[in-house]
Amino acid sequence: MSNVVLFTIITLSTIGAASAIILYFVAQKFKVFEDPRIDMVEQALPLANCGGCGYAGCRNFAEAVVKSDSFDGLYCPVGGNETMKTLAALLGREAVEQEATVAVVRCSGSPQHRPRTNHYDGAKSCTIAHSLYIGESGCPHGCLGYGECVDACDFDAIYMNPETGLPEVIDDKCTACGACVKACPRNIIELRKKNPKDRKIFVSCINEEKGAVARKNCAVACIGCGKCVKVCPYDAITMEKNLAYIDPVKCRLCRKCVVECPTNAILEIGFPPRKEKPIVTEDSEGSGLNLS
Amino acid sequence: MSIFTVSPSPHVHSGQSVPRLMYGVVIALLPALAVSVFYFGIGMIIITAVSVISCVLFEFLFQKYLLKNPSTHLDGSAALTGLLLAFCLPANLPWWMVAIGALVSIGIAKMTFGGLGNNIFNPALVGRVFLFISFPAAMTSYPKPGQWWEYMDATTGATPLGIMSESLANNMPVSEIMAGMPSNLDLFLGKMLGSAGEVAAFALLLGLVYLLWKKIISWHIPVSILLTVIIFTGALSLGNPEKYPSPLFHLLTGGLLLGAIFMATDYVTSPMTVKGMIIYGIGIGVITILIRTFGAYPEGVQFAILLMNGFTPLINKYVKPKRFGEVKHG
Amino acid sequence: MLKTFTLGGVHPEENKFSSHKKIEVLPVPPVVTIPLSQHIGAPAKVLVNKGDRVKIGQVIAESGGFVSANIHSSVSGTVLKVEAFPDSTGYRRMSVQIQSEGDEWVDGVDLSTDLKKDFDFSSEEIIQKIIASGLVGLGGATFPSHVKLSIPQGKKAEYLIVNAVECEPYLTADHSLMLEKGEEIMVGTRIMMKALKVEKAIFGIENNKPDAIELMSRLAEREKGITVVALKVKYPQGGEKQLVQALINREVPSGALPIDVGVVAFNVGSIYAAYQAVQKNKPLIERVVTVTGKSVKNPSNFLTRIGTPVQALIDAVGGLPEDTGKVVNGGPMMGKAISSLDVPVVKGSSGILVIPDTEANRHETENCIRCSKCVSACPMGLEPYLLMSLAEREYFGRMETEKVMDCMECGSCSYTCPSSRPLLDYIRLGKGNVTQIIRARKN
Repeated sequence: MSNVVLFTIITLSTIGAASAIILYFVAQKFKVFEDPRIDMVEQALPLANCGGCGYAGCRNFAEAVVKSDSFDGLYCPVGGNETMKTLAALLGREAVEQEATVAVVRCSGSPQHRPRTNHYDGAKSCTIAHSLYIGESGCPHGCLGYGECVDACDFDAIYMNPETGLPEVIDDKCTACGACVKACPRNIIELRKKNPKDRKIFVSCINEEKGAVARKNCAVACIGCGKCVKVCPYDAITMEKNLAYIDPVKCRLCRKCVVECPTNAILEIGFPPRKEKPIVTEDSEGSGLNLS
Repeated sequence: MSIFTVSPSPHVHSGQSVPRLMYGVVIALLPALAVSVFYFGIGMIIITAVSVISCVLFEFLFQKYLLKNPSTHLDGSAALTGLLLAFCLPANLPWWMVAIGALVSIGIAKMTFGGLGNNIFNPALVGRVFLFISFPAAMTSYPKPGQWWEYMDATTGATPLGIMSESLANNMPVSEIMAGMPSNLDLFLGKMLGSAGEVAAFALLLGLVYLLWKKIISWHIPVSILLTVIIFTGALSLGNPEKYPSPLFHLLTGGLLLGAIFMATDYVTSPMTVKGMIIYGIGIGVITILIRTFGAYPEGVQFAILLMNGFTPLINKYVKPKRFGEVKHG
Repeated sequence: MLKTFTLGGVHPEENKFSSHKKIEVLPVPPVVTIPLSQHIGAPAKVLVNKGDRVKIGQVIAESGGFVSANIHSSVSGTVLKVEAFPDSTGYRRMSVQIQSEGDEWVDGVDLSTDLKKDFDFSSEEIIQKIIASGLVGLGGATFPSHVKLSIPQGKKAEYLIVNAVECEPYLTADHSLMLEKGEEIMVGTRIMMKALKVEKAIFGIENNKPDAIELMSRLAEREKGITVVALKVKYPQGGEKQLVQALINREVPSGALPIDVGVVAFNVGSIYAAYQAVQKNKPLIERVVTVTGKSVKNPSNFLTRIGTPVQALIDAVGGLPEDTGKVVNGGPMMGKAISSLDVPVVKGSSGILVIPDTEANRHETENCIRCSKCVSACPMGLEPYLLMSLAEREYFGRMETEKVMDCMECGSCSYTCPSSRPLLDYIRLGKGNVTQIIRARKN
């Protein structure tokens, strides 16, 4: 009996010792030198692995940061300026700052404003529908509504509003990683400067067709009339290919263009209600025409 | 003007559906069911009913309360699992054991992997093997055919494969053992001891013809299994006919036909390409005979199928179909 | 044993309701809308302006490159608009809208219907005439024909294959054309043989058109080097690669063209149009279109001017049935569903199919049960189930190694899937992404 016990102990010990020696040499042989700063940088990152910086994950971003001498082209949109300051302190570099941004959906074409001309019955994917045909309405630029942006978001910051069939961004949750921007086959979503109190004024349309065609297919389309360009006191609005664009940096949120727009294509979000003038909301279809 | 539907091509469909395929297999099993009821009577009816009903019920309960998936319990796949499970149990098994088998089949083998289409192992066989390991005594006492009204009180005995295995272990020559066996005609008609649904060779073959005619399965898996068994056992038997029984004996006894026609061909757990199916079939044939001839158990079809189920993902990864216009080398 | 291709294939219900209808001439519509991009390749460059007077057969847009084709006016009258109009995808593309007034043809077109058998043109002259006529593949792929006729250096054509398979269910345009214009098609075949400098031509016709096989075989007996082969009915036999394999048992390698195995294939409609172009100087301004469907009152084949709105064709068969759920431009397997009947007929429109609402919607998608029916149906030997799950997970690199680019989008996989999974939808998505990856790699 004692023989068996002895035999077992000796065998197991020998195997253990042999394995330890082999492992030691293998570890020596395949040792990879890694800059310890990579780990430090990685720990300072939000570790969301969202890919918003352009790298596959936080680890890859950390490697790129350590390898590079400056922060040129390296910015973590999720962590924002705070994180970049921490990184700068860690690595002893000059910090870079970027203006905080937030995703904005530039389409207001709910079924009520943009009549449906057909019924789509293919795979529920925006990319597939977009490459197949114009979509369920007559607008070739408008939101298709199958929620590929929602699927792309790692932060639950965007959801489909069942009433309008359009995606809506929750500003507090949005980290401006840009995943939804990339996911949208129609390039409807834009990252725009974040204003205090989440106030926003933007053209909620990207249709570049002639005014009459755009208006025919959607009641809240930008028709390229140019009234907003004229009324803007800060030269923040430009008109290109029948489409107005409000420069988020130049815009001072005066709201004059919102009242002027005949199709309610310009939205104001996060403002207190106006007192003297009737409130222009996206639901009051057609009433904008009377204001002009 | 009415609003048209728009979808990507193709705009027509074959009309084939999961329920149609599943119930097609169920129909193919009906002749064998009828024969088994003829031999095992009330016991067969009880275990089949319990097995089918509990499989469908468990699938419904799991989907509704645990997974909260859209319900698919009526698409025929659970009923088929239940039927196949009953077919590979002895007809005198207590009903609560059958229900436990159904719970393991649906709950563990199917739903934990994500439901229909995602399981790695054939659910019915997993249930069967679970029962076999948990209740070895009950699972190896088979009722003698022809006892209509005796359910759990039926007189039991050993299966031909069991007798063969034990007698060979006692160094009896095959010719002597075969003298005590049912005739080949009885084996073909199913008048022997065995699991409830596996006995009737002719009815199972009828099912195969139906499945092939309706194009529910292709011939590759059953034919490659059966051919492998014939060649393998033929070679053994030619080498030493007193030690190894003939191919015909192997084909007609045990669960080989049931396994080759209905279990190995389960869509979910079998390979996708023709080449893969043939490799899979050969593997099942070889392992079955290895277990039957050299292993501890008299029967090895279930283990062979489950083992090859485990290899299926690997086969799918490395065995590719013949591509059109593949560049020929040399 | 009838010849056919080896891998995969399916057999949908044929439903060729209009197969014994005469080709009717559809009246010239009051207004036609002619898109500038009716072919694969560069869009044509427009030559007319609003208000111009044009004649039938006048070039209104000239070829925009080597892989491109001329566009001719199909009516005589006044140009109303040069603007973007919706095509069959609904997206608006540049088109010329012309109001029809009178029946004035350009000079040099032979309008008689007499058979003109003899010709004395060199290969180059024939190709020039075909370029001038704006001929593109009329089977649906709309590849400019002169590109196929211009055989690249170092390659040699041995066979001309005439694709008269018409494997798409419902469609009968090619069938009726063969029955009525058999003699012309034979002359057209000789013209194409001359252009390609080949000695042998083979007609491939599926066995569900016995009258066409009989007629074409009889006509071919008189010709040197032309044979007619009856093929087993199986979809997608009309795919170029499948047809080449079925007829002469040569396999076009992955990524290559039929010319790489010494074959050039043309649709029988294109052959007839080539006859018109070379012998009658008549450009491609009209084509045969099948208008059909289960509840259509009077399914027929119409000789239709390019640019005619689909509505006019629907009116000609007795109006849109009450129960219409879907209208398809083309056949049921590869055609495009359209959302409006204002879409014009283009060079590639082989049929208009009206599907009743009971069949218009897909079945509910279920889990893949790994039945491998898609694998055995795929004529290219691909694994559609795998390609779809790779596309869903965005593993586009792996899709490329699994040969997704060999897919010709025949739809056999989606057709056969018992779980009604949108296999082809996702494979197309993957093809689009893989194309971008390949393009990025080249740059």
